[in-house]
Amino acid sequence: MRVIAQFKIPRTELLNFNFDISAQGITAVFGISGSGKTSLLRAIAGLDFHAGSYLQIGDDIWQDESSFLKPHKRSIGYVFQEASLFEHLTVLQNIQYGIKRMATSASVISLPQVIELLGLEALLERKPAQLSGGERQRVAIARALAVNPRILLMDEPLASLDQTRKEELLPYIESLNRQLNIPVFYVSHASEEIARLADQLIFIEDSMIKAAGPIENLLTRTDLSLAHRRQAESLIFATAEQYDAKFQLNYLSSAAGTFVVPGTKLVPGKQVRLRLTAQDISLTLEAQKDTSILNIFPALVDELIPEDNAQLTVRLLINNLPVLARITLKSAANLQLQKNKSVFAQIKSVAVLA
Amino acid sequence: MFTPDDLTAFFLTLKLALVTTIILLIVGTPLAWWLARSRWRYKFILEAMVALPLVLPPTVLGFYLLLMLGANGPIGSLFQAMGAEPLAFSFSGLVIGSVFYSIPFVVQPLQDAFNNIGRRPLEVAATLGASPLDRFWTVAIPLARPGFLTACVLGFAHTIGEFGVVLMIGGNIPGETQVLSIAIYEHVEVLDYANAHILSAALVVLSFLMLLTVYALNGRFKVVRL
Repeated sequence: MRVIAQFKIPRTELLNFNFDISAQGITAVFGISGSGKTSLLRAIAGLDFHAGSYLQIGDDIWQDESSFLKPHKRSIGYVFQEASLFEHLTVLQNIQYGIKRMATSASVISLPQVIELLGLEALLERKPAQLSGGERQRVAIARALAVNPRILLMDEPLASLDQTRKEELLPYIESLNRQLNIPVFYVSHASEEIARLADQLIFIEDSMIKAAGPIENLLTRTDLSLAHRRQAESLIFATAEQYDAKFQLNYLSSAAGTFVVPGTKLVPGKQVRLRLTAQDISLTLEAQKDTSILNIFPALVDELIPEDNAQLTVRLLINNLPVLARITLKSAANLQLQKNKSVFAQIKSVAVLA
Repeated sequence: MFTPDDLTAFFLTLKLALVTTIILLIVGTPLAWWLARSRWRYKFILEAMVALPLVLPPTVLGFYLLLMLGANGPIGSLFQAMGAEPLAFSFSGLVIGSVFYSIPFVVQPLQDAFNNIGRRPLEVAATLGASPLDRFWTVAIPLARPGFLTACVLGFAHTIGEFGVVLMIGGNIPGETQVLSIAIYEHVEVLDYANAHILSAALVVLSFLMLLTVYALNGRFKVVRL
């Protein structure tokens, strides 16, 4: 579904994008706090009116020079940072609130489906005051989904939760992404969440959209500040193959090669994401035999960008997949690194995001 | 215990308080909603006007109302031209006076309640397809329930306690404009302290019970269930 947006939001640059969002996928809007992410989401929902803006969702124009579709006429689901449940209604009544007001009765997702998807069976008769933070947010997501929106907008739904609650909620968000055909705009400033959930990334910086595209491409683009963060990272999509029970190792195949990662057994065929932190990748000219590092891949140096007087970021291509490494200037000089030089990337640790 | 005139005054007072509270809820709710939601920069002028009866001597309010509602006043003569009863020294006149007199006691709790809800629940309702009026009825009103309870009780109790306005525009006609506070005043004037005691004590108990209800219910529950 094509989304064409051009928002004239005060105190920000023109937020401008023309973007195909896939029905099955999370498009993350990523940027630091105060960069205008929430403003963008509110403008899409029609909660704020900005004169001179334009918004087209699929074939429908929601705002142009002469028209502005009111928020209650837009087919959207909106999950706010705080669950914002209706305190005077039960969980079930909260979820039904939007269903009763749906324009069409043709629903792709039924009420029982939504309840099951978010595991709310036991909570339906409770009042919001009797729920934990994670439960409240699950109800809020169910309520937004139940209206069968054309687009689901989530504004940092995990930000107000502690780590345990976050872990509890993440699988639900992942599964709705896989099971439903609803494109999701997901606003966050937490890079762990983004790495785990996002397929597409809209990167906002200095109050403007700097780039938009597949997350694995944006993370490793050296013209963006993403690649120059202290915690710069690369993502590789992989599939679980086999498990070495003796050493508790998963073998995961990817376009870059096979990764060996310790941990509990992953079901063969399971799709996972591998998160490689630039700091954890070192380079050698020869393949090391006597090393404790399991994941070593031949790579080509693609770009070298100094970060400060001590370090530089190396953009590598492992079988044409871009991966970032952060090494010292001294090491780069010792290895005489330059573009297109063949090296070996030693990946000290790999995080499996499942 | 009560003299027949006292009983008449008692029921007249309750009737006046009830009618006044109902009118104030109808008029005050949209006004409070507007005051809570509007971003108009001069809305403080309206807020000050609503609060005026809190500080004004009731006799001043009563005096101006008398001028307006009397047979020669602009509103009074209009009513007479239409063939209606004159408003001064009538129950209708009392209701009009009481509405002005008690307006802050209804509008302010409602405005606070609407303010406390904040924008978020209404925005959520909007994203779920509720029109502005729908949001008002199904989200704002239910969530403002503690405010409505406070507004009802305060508006009612404050009208019961009214004296100066009534004296100015209503006088002391039994069955028409003689309310409890006036009846007490009359008992005291003729040194009938026994009956003044009974009525005063009845008022103290009634008012205290009503306030007790507000504080007990609004303190214990986040959302009052009635």
